[in-house]
Order: sequence, then C-alpha cells, then structure tokens
Amino acid sequence: MTWTGWAEIAFTLGLSAAAGLPLGLYLARIWQGGATWLDPILGPLERGLYALAGIDPKAQQGWSAYAISILALNAVGFFLLYAVLRLQGLAPFNPLHLGGMHPALAFNTAVSFVTNTNWQAYSGETTLSNVSQMFGLTVQNFLSAATGIAIAAALARAFAAHRGDTLGNAFVDVTRATLYLLLPVSLVFALVLVALGVPQTLAMRVDAATLEGAKQALAIGPVASQEIIKQLGTNGGGFFNANSAHPFENPNAWTNLIEEVAMNALSFGCVVAFGVVSLARREARVLLGVMLALVAAAAAAIYAAETAPTPALASPAAQAAHVLAGPNMEGKEVRFGASSSAVWTAMTTGASDGGVNAMIESFTPLGGGVALFMIKLGEILPGGVGSGLFGMVVMAVLAVFIAGLMVGRTPEYLGKKIEAREVKFAVLATLILPAALLGFAAVAAVLPAALKSVSAHGPHGLTEILYAYSSAVGNNGSAFAGLNADTPWWDTTLAIAMAIGRFGYIVPVLAMAGALAAKPRLEPTAGALPTDGAQFASLLIGVILILGGLQYFPALALGPGVEHFQMQHLIGR
Amino acid sequence: MSSTRVPAEAPVHAPPVLGGGGQGVIGRALGDSVAKMDPRRLSRNPVILATWVTAALASLSLIDAAITRQPTAFALQIALWLWATVLFANFAESVAEGRGKAAADALRAARVDTLANLVGEDGQVTATPAHQLSVGQIVHVAAGEVIPADGEIVEGVASVNEAAITGESAPVIRESGGDRSAVTGGTTVVSDWIKVRVTASAGSSFLDRMIAMVEGADRRKTPNEMALGVLLAGLTLVFLIVVATLVGLGRNAGVRLDPLVLGALFVCLIPTTIGGLIAAIGIAGMDRLLKFNVLATSGRAVEAAGDVDTLLLDKTGTITFGNRMAVEVISAPALPDSLALNAALMASMADETPEGRSIVALAREQGLSGALPSDARPIPFSAATRLSGLDAGAMRWRKGAVEAVLAQLGLARGALSPDLDRAVDRIARAGGTPLAVSENDRLVGVVHLKDVVKPGVKERFADLRRMGVRTVMITGDNPVTAAAIASEAGVDTFLAEAKPEDKLAMIREEQARGRLVAMCGDGANDAPALAQADVGVAMQTGTQAAREAGNMVDLDSDPTKVIEIIEVGKQLLITRGALTTFSIANDVAKYFAIIPAIFVVSLPALSALNVMRLHSPQSAILSAVIFNALIIVALIPLALRGVRYRPIGAQALLSRNLLIYGLGGLVAPFVGIKIVDLVVSTLGLV
Repeated sequence: MTWTGWAEIAFTLGLSAAAGLPLGLYLARIWQGGATWLDPILGPLERGLYALAGIDPKAQQGWSAYAISILALNAVGFFLLYAVLRLQGLAPFNPLHLGGMHPALAFNTAVSFVTNTNWQAYSGETTLSNVSQMFGLTVQNFLSAATGIAIAAALARAFAAHRGDTLGNAFVDVTRATLYLLLPVSLVFALVLVALGVPQTLAMRVDAATLEGAKQALAIGPVASQEIIKQLGTNGGGFFNANSAHPFENPNAWTNLIEEVAMNALSFGCVVAFGVVSLARREARVLLGVMLALVAAAAAAIYAAETAPTPALASPAAQAAHVLAGPNMEGKEVRFGASSSAVWTAMTTGASDGGVNAMIESFTPLGGGVALFMIKLGEILPGGVGSGLFGMVVMAVLAVFIAGLMVGRTPEYLGKKIEAREVKFAVLATLILPAALLGFAAVAAVLPAALKSVSAHGPHGLTEILYAYSSAVGNNGSAFAGLNADTPWWDTTLAIAMAIGRFGYIVPVLAMAGALAAKPRLEPTAGALPTDGAQFASLLIGVILILGGLQYFPALALGPGVEHFQMQHLIGR
Repeated sequence: MSSTRVPAEAPVHAPPVLGGGGQGVIGRALGDSVAKMDPRRLSRNPVILATWVTAALASLSLIDAAITRQPTAFALQIALWLWATVLFANFAESVAEGRGKAAADALRAARVDTLANLVGEDGQVTATPAHQLSVGQIVHVAAGEVIPADGEIVEGVASVNEAAITGESAPVIRESGGDRSAVTGGTTVVSDWIKVRVTASAGSSFLDRMIAMVEGADRRKTPNEMALGVLLAGLTLVFLIVVATLVGLGRNAGVRLDPLVLGALFVCLIPTTIGGLIAAIGIAGMDRLLKFNVLATSGRAVEAAGDVDTLLLDKTGTITFGNRMAVEVISAPALPDSLALNAALMASMADETPEGRSIVALAREQGLSGALPSDARPIPFSAATRLSGLDAGAMRWRKGAVEAVLAQLGLARGALSPDLDRAVDRIARAGGTPLAVSENDRLVGVVHLKDVVKPGVKERFADLRRMGVRTVMITGDNPVTAAAIASEAGVDTFLAEAKPEDKLAMIREEQARGRLVAMCGDGANDAPALAQADVGVAMQTGTQAAREAGNMVDLDSDPTKVIEIIEVGKQLLITRGALTTFSIANDVAKYFAIIPAIFVVSLPALSALNVMRLHSPQSAILSAVIFNALIIVALIPLALRGVRYRPIGAQALLSRNLLIYGLGGLVAPFVGIKIVDLVVSTLGLV
C-alpha cells in the first residue's frame, strides 16, 4: 500500500461522485420535462418519435401500466436482439463470416444485455460481427440503462406525489433518458476515448508485426462507441473478452480514469435527480453518502487484501530464500497495478457494471470475497444506473420500518407512511434476490452437468459458482472467470437468474411506487425519525450490512471464508 | 319491586382496573399455552408456525433415530427445546391475555341480572328482567337500585355510583338533558330517582363491550402489526431459502448436513423472539391503557394514538379550570383600595356563580371579613340590566360588564377615569374579563376576572411538542382572549370563536393534509368530531352519543389523559420496533455459533469462526437453540411493560434504543450462548 495508491482511490471515487452532481441536476430536468439546451436539436426528433410510435407523451400511467410498458419494451428488445444474434450470419458487415450464435448462447446473451447485466458467455472478438455489436448489443446498452433511469424517475415521482395515481409515462421516460442524456454524453466521451487511442472503425482486423517479426492479426472494430455506454450505463459488456483489461478498450491511465468515473457517475446522478424530483435533497444526500462510504470501504478492503503479501511469500522459508514479498499481481494489469484494480473492482461490483480491468478470479480470497459481497448486497453501492437508486430506496424503506418504529410512530420515509403494502413489496423485492441466487447456486453446487464447467476445486470452485449467480442476479455481469459458462445449463440458468434479478425486482419496486404515490405526502414533524442526517446514514449502513450478511453468511463462509482460513492455516504456521 | 338492592354507600365492586393478576394468571396462562399448541391456532403467526413444523420434523427424526438405535440424547434435547420455543411464545400471549381476562371477570361480576321497573306507555310499571329490555323502552330507577341497562335519562336527577365501571366510589350527578344524561347499566342510583330510556339491548351494552374489549375476544391485527407480520414472514422465507440451499452448498464442500441441525439453525435464524412476543405486545398495550382507566375499542385506536400529529383540546376544563376567577381589584383613583375591594365583596356576597365566589375568595384572601348584612336583599343577575349585586339598607352594590355598569350609572364610556380606562384595556388585552363595580352612584373599581390556566399544563404541552404533536386549543372566546390564553398555556395554535361544526371542519382539514388527529369530548355536539378524529376520547360522564362516537372512553373523564394515551401508543410501537431489531441483531451471534459447528469436521479452517470458543459442535448448536427459546421468556416482562417512552425527540430516542436493542442485540447473544454452552458442557448434556 502506498499513499499514491490511496490517493488514486480517493480521487477516483471523489471525481465520480462529483460528476454525479451536474449529471443529476440535468437528469432531474429531463425527468420533469423541463427545457434543456438540447431542445432545439432533439425536441423535433423526440416529438417525431412519439408521433411515429403513436404515443401520447402527455398520457400518464399508473404503476401497473408503467410496469407493463417497461416489460413490453424489454420483451421486444429481447426478441430483436435474439434475432440479430441468431441471424448474424445473414447480415452484412461481417467480413469474418461469423455464424449465428447457438440458441442457448443467444438466449443467454440477449437476456444478459436486455437486463443490463452484460454477462458474456462468449468472446466478443471471435463471436460477434460489427452489426451484432452495434445494432444488437449497443442498442440494448442504451435501452437497459434508460429502463433503469425510467424506473428511478417513476419512484421519485411517487414520493413527490400527494394522493397521486400515476407515475409518469414509461415510453417518454425511456426516450428522454436516451435522447437527452445517454446519447449526447456517450457521443462526446466516445470521441474523447478515440482521441486517447481507443479504436473506432468498421474494420474487424488489423495486422501487426510483432517484435519477433511474426505477423499477428489484432481484432479491432467500433470499440469506443460501445466502451463509453458500457461504462456510463453500468452495462459492463466489453467489446473484447478481456474487457477493460484489454489495451484497445482501455489503453492508458486517462481512459482508465474516464471509464471508472463513467461507471459510477450516472448512478450517483440518479440519486441527485431523485432528491430533486422527490423534493428530498437532504435525504438523497444521505443515500449518496452511504453509497460512497461503502464503495470506498470496499475499495480500501480490496486494496489492503491485494497488497498484503500472501502468506506463502511472507513465510520464513520464503524469506530465507530471498523471495520478494510484494502485492498479489496475478491477474492484474501491470499498467494499472493494485490500487487501480482495487478501486475499479469495488466500483464495478458495487455498481452492477461488471466491466473489469483485472481478473477477479486471481484476487486473494478476501479481495475476491469483498467483490462478491458487494454484488450480494444487492447492487446498490452505488448500483446500476437507476437500479442502484431504487434498490437503495428499498433498503431505506426497510431500515425506516425496522428502526423507525423505535421512535414511537408508524414509520415514514420522505413524507410517506410505510405500511403493510410498502413493506410487502420491499420485502418481496429483497426476497427475490437470495431466492434466485442461492437456489440456483445450491443446485449447481451438486449437479455434475454444472460442475463440469467449474475449473477450481474446493472452496474456490464454490466461489466461482456463487460469483456467477450473484453476478447474474445482481445484473452485474462481471465474472470470476475460471468458469466455462457457455454450456446449456449455465447459459439457461444464468439467463433465468438475470431475468429474475432484473424484472423480479423492478415489478415489486413499481408496485411499491404505486402504493407510495397514492398516499398523502406528509410534512415532517418533530416526532418523526429524521432521515437526513448522519444517524440515519449509519443506521442504513448497519441494515444493509446486517441484512446482506445474514442472507449470505453461510455462502460466504463456505466460499471465500474457508479459502482464506485455509490459506492462513496451511501456510501461516 | 327491585330484586337487587345494594347498600347505597358501600363501594359496589373492587375497581375493575387490575394491575397484575398474581398466581392465578400464570397458572391459567400455562394451561392456555398448551392448548395453543394446536397448529390451527398458530396459523396467524407464520414464524411460530414454522417453528412448530420444525419441532414436529425434529420429533420425527428423533423417532427415526430411536428405531434405528442411533444415539438420541442430542436429538431429544433439540426437539424438546424446539417445542419449548413454541410453548414459550404461546405462554407470552397467554400471560398478556390472562391479565385482560382477570379484569373481565371482575367486570362480569357487575353484570347482575336485575329486575327492571319497565314503565309502559300508559304509565303502568311492570317488573321485567333486565335482559328482556329492548331499545327505546323507559325504565324507572329509584335510590338503591341498579340501573338495568345503558340509557339516557329522560326525567329526573340522581346521584349515581359508577364504581362498577370506573372504580371511583364517589357518586356522580346524572340528570336529564344536557351532557350528563347518559347512564350505564350495572351502576347504582344512590339517591333520588330517574326515568331512563334504554339505548342498548342486553349483550351490546357498554359493559358487555367493555368486557369483550378487555378480554381481547375481538382482537384483529392492527395495520402496523400487519406490516410487521409481512416483514417477519419475509424474513422467515429468506432464512428458509438460506437453510435449504445450505444443503447443496454444504455437499459441494463435502458435508452431508443432518436435517435436525438444519432445523435447529432455521429456528435460530427466524425471528422467533419478536414473532413470539408480537401478540403479547399488542394486548399489553391495551392493558396499559386500562391501567390509566381508558378503554379502547380496538388495538387500531391505540396504535393510531402513537401516530397522532395534532391534538385538539377544549380550552375549558382541559387547559383552564373552566371558570373565570378574580385575580385583582383595581380601585378608581383617589379612593382607598379597600373600598373597591369591599364593594366587590358586597356585590358578590349573594352571588353563587363561580365568578362571584372567586371574588369573595379573593377579598377574604386579602383580609376582608365583611358579613352579609341582616337586611341584605340580593339582586340576581338579569338579562335586561346585565348586572347583579346586593342592596342593604341605603347601600347598593352592583357589578357587571363595564358598559352595563356605566349605563346603569348614566355615564358614557368617556366618563371612565383614564387610569381605569387603561386598566380595562389591559385586562381585555390579556384575555381577561373586566367587571366594573359600583357602590351607590359611583364607580369604585374594576375586577379582573381571568381564565386561570391549570398548573403543569404548559410543561405537558412542551412534552407534546417534543413528541411531535401539535396542540390546538378550541375555544368560544374571542381571538384576543384566546391568543392570550394560548400563549400562557403554550399551545401551538388556537381556534377562537369556535362553533361545534368548526371542530369537525378543522379535523377534516388536518386529515386532508395526512395528519392524524386526536381529541376528547363529552357533549352531544362533540359526537361528529369524535367520530371523525383518528383518536376520539369520549368522557365516561359524557352523553351516550359521544361515548358511541369515540374510539376510546376515559372512565375518569379527565381530558388531559389524551397525553398518556399518546404515550401508550408510542410505547407500543417502540416495543415492537425494539424487539424486532433485537431479534434480527441476535442472528449474527447464532451464525457464529452454528456455522462453524456444522462444518468444522470437514472444514477445520472454519474453526476460526468459532469466536465464542464453544465447547463442542453439538453443545454449540444446542446452546444456540436454548438461548433462542429462553430469550423469549426473558423478554416477556419487557413486552408486557413496554419499552419506556421519553419525550426527548425522535433522534435522541432512536440513538438510545438503537444502542440498547441494536447493539445490545448484537452483543447479548454472544454472551448468552457462551453461558448456556458452559452450563450445557458442565452438566454433560451432550
């Protein structure tokens, strides 16, 4: 550990939160239908799109109509993407004549990109044509992020409403988020990435002469345009299999910083926008602070774990043999080192992004365990675009309910009473994650067909399984590698897990939003639990860690826990 | 004619308000808790039902072990303690119910079937058993007789001993017309006679409802109980998933898990502590209200009391004593002070109104002793002159409104000396009433009558403000007077010149903003507002209409009781939250006890998690189960008593409770399980 390492972690996190502020204020305007400086260009386009689709942008939807619209939109997205992937062999711009994906993999990949997971059971450079990357995956990178943003908007409106019965218009929310936010920001930063050396071309291959004089074909393509939305939309699906550890996705320190900041900025921005629209800026600040504090703690823990010499290298025998006991560099890019890998990993697992600049499989048990725990906490630190915000609000509702009773009132959050209906939907949403995650993992842990794909034995193998389903259910998409995921079992079950983790969560959240909107918005009284201070922040942290810990204590103990203690135990003495 | 005559002076019954219950209650509760083992009766409580099912499965595995001649000591103890967990939860509920039942028994004793003197339409009186009376019939009740049914007095005045209901043995006056016309079946007329129109038939009388309420016969889940129930059911489901999936994860790690041990882990993790105590907490809340002599018609009302945002209080009788009292006498210039005081005394000597008496009291206090002259002729207040006073010999003393006295003396307002004029203004601005006093043909001074705020009221309102309750004073006074009293009493706001319908409008307006409103009232014209309020406390002395409209009845008829009611409501919610937090926090320690215990044989590395250094895997598991069962019993007193509420502000209160029940809940089981483990291993139980 070095002070420059700590400074890098602090600077990166600070910058991403700071970037969230202007983005959030701008996003709030987009949600509220306010004027933006892009109106002259995009206004006619927006109205044209509505006219084309026959949508009345003024029509307001109740929670069920909103949910059905979102589900329908995503279903159409899924079928289109599935078709693109299956039929890629028939489409143009396929100089390498790559064939269509096989059904299980296409199903897995389509669900993966629709759910904002971007789990990749394929290798982009050898499987996908430019048409599939640009018209298939990149489209869903935008739409899945916009879906998350739309639901955050609906939830914000629910809190602002006073006996309201509508949450907005799902189609308008998705359209506006895409047009006014995701597209322009991506355009600008894609160009910045190109300037910094990320390729953007329709060619798929470039020949390079290596130092030995051999000729090597390097895969290239429209990387920059996908790279920026991959991070900005917390999608995480890389153009290349090696993701952001690949020098064409992430060539240098500047691109690394831009990609890190982009990975969390919009998630923080959604919190800011939520605060503005739900008329609860101070409370939103607490949510943001909790997210930042926990992701910083995770980065620090990973950094500490990855820079501590492994017991084998620190043992007296190794010391006697003059082995240099340095940080754990296995699986890390030498260009980025432990600090950048640590902060990236905390941010990507905290944010459901899933893009990686190091191989988490090779982390120490504690480092990898922290990454795993971050995903299991429900992707709320700061979580995916929009989804982090509404996941955090669900936790806040539970925290308010459990602890709020202790001030002697029916708990309230942001002026809304939290009663049976809200608790029911909040519990349902949080229940769905461990049910899918542990359920699939427990079956995979004993099923020979599933175990064939697991490369490691013992606790590390169990961690691979747990990580895969956590990543799927949490819509993260990062992999613990080591797992050959392109088999019928894994393709199918992971796809189902992703769909449950996404839509099984969104629907109860929207139902909760509907229930909240219908309630009167109360002015705060002196007897109500204040939810805008340090006390509530620490309460929320406690509830997140304890509820998360209670759900996954046995799993974490058997995976990373056992591995860690074995490592200490076997070599330590 | 009446068959049951009760000695008029003797206290009729012991007060129904029973503090405890003693040995009988515990014995009955033990019996009850066994009867409640029937799983159909547990279906309302998913956490305890899940425990029951686990205990049943554990028993089956015990039988299986016995048949296959495997060691059974461990399985037997686990199964027994799992059953004990269910039993303890039932016991908690039974104890809470038992206290109510004991109170109900005392009330039932008051419900003697009397012979009523039914007055027919022709005026004929016939003796009819009380249970055959129907609504609308008229009965005659004479001194010494028990009132056969709830009703309104249509004729007569009587003093009534209501000890059977209120526990208060001093008789109260009941009379026809006005707000004191309601009588309750089971109470006794002590003197005089009344004619009562029956308003409730047998079985639905006030006493019957009271008994049902106290017994908890009609106990429905309150909104907050339902919400908490959802959370607890959700947690139970989560832990079912955690434990069930542990089978697969464990097998991957090479461990075949014993179903018995998994069952033990499951019961330890699900929130049995709060699940076992939740019913007791609710019943105990109603019970605590009963201790304050307040009856709630439902648990929902008690819970709503904790949420009250706005409290409407009638000024008269609640904030002030209700009667204006003389606090000073200001003399006209150039006259000795004693002259004005004496004139005021003489003018009030024959005045039996509270104001008049207060003037006499003030004069006596200041040392005057003047007696009523033998030839005194009282001049009663008349609407025409708006004056009252006394004539004796040639002397004439009068007092009344300043304008009235001036008019009687033939003077204009301008004739008032500047000093007196200022005094009159000052009194009016302070919310008081100036009374002018004249002796013969001259104005001698002004009496300051003031609405006196009850002592201690201001502090109570400050407490309420810290609780987050806004107080609104309702008064018929003009805004100036109202403002003065409001600021003196420290209420947050006031409604002046209020008509009965204004109260209702104000409640509706507050509710439209999402606020919960509490009020108390007794008059018939309070009934709509009482019905509209979220917490409507009717006074036992009030009209039947008011008592029916409210969702609580205060047997002591003390309007300030609302504050205690709010506190009980808050206490109820706090207790639920505290025990939920405690229950969830407990799980951390149980994981640290059980997870290493079940895996340590195959995965020795996990012994690092055995931070409590428990004796053996079996003793660790058994200790966690025993702790989990015993903690329910240990917390029964807290559930019945309730976590103490202090009006120290929400933030401070939360910090305090989080520290005790959150942090305490994390730490306590580490200590507790270790102690149980020491006992278990020392006794060699496993």
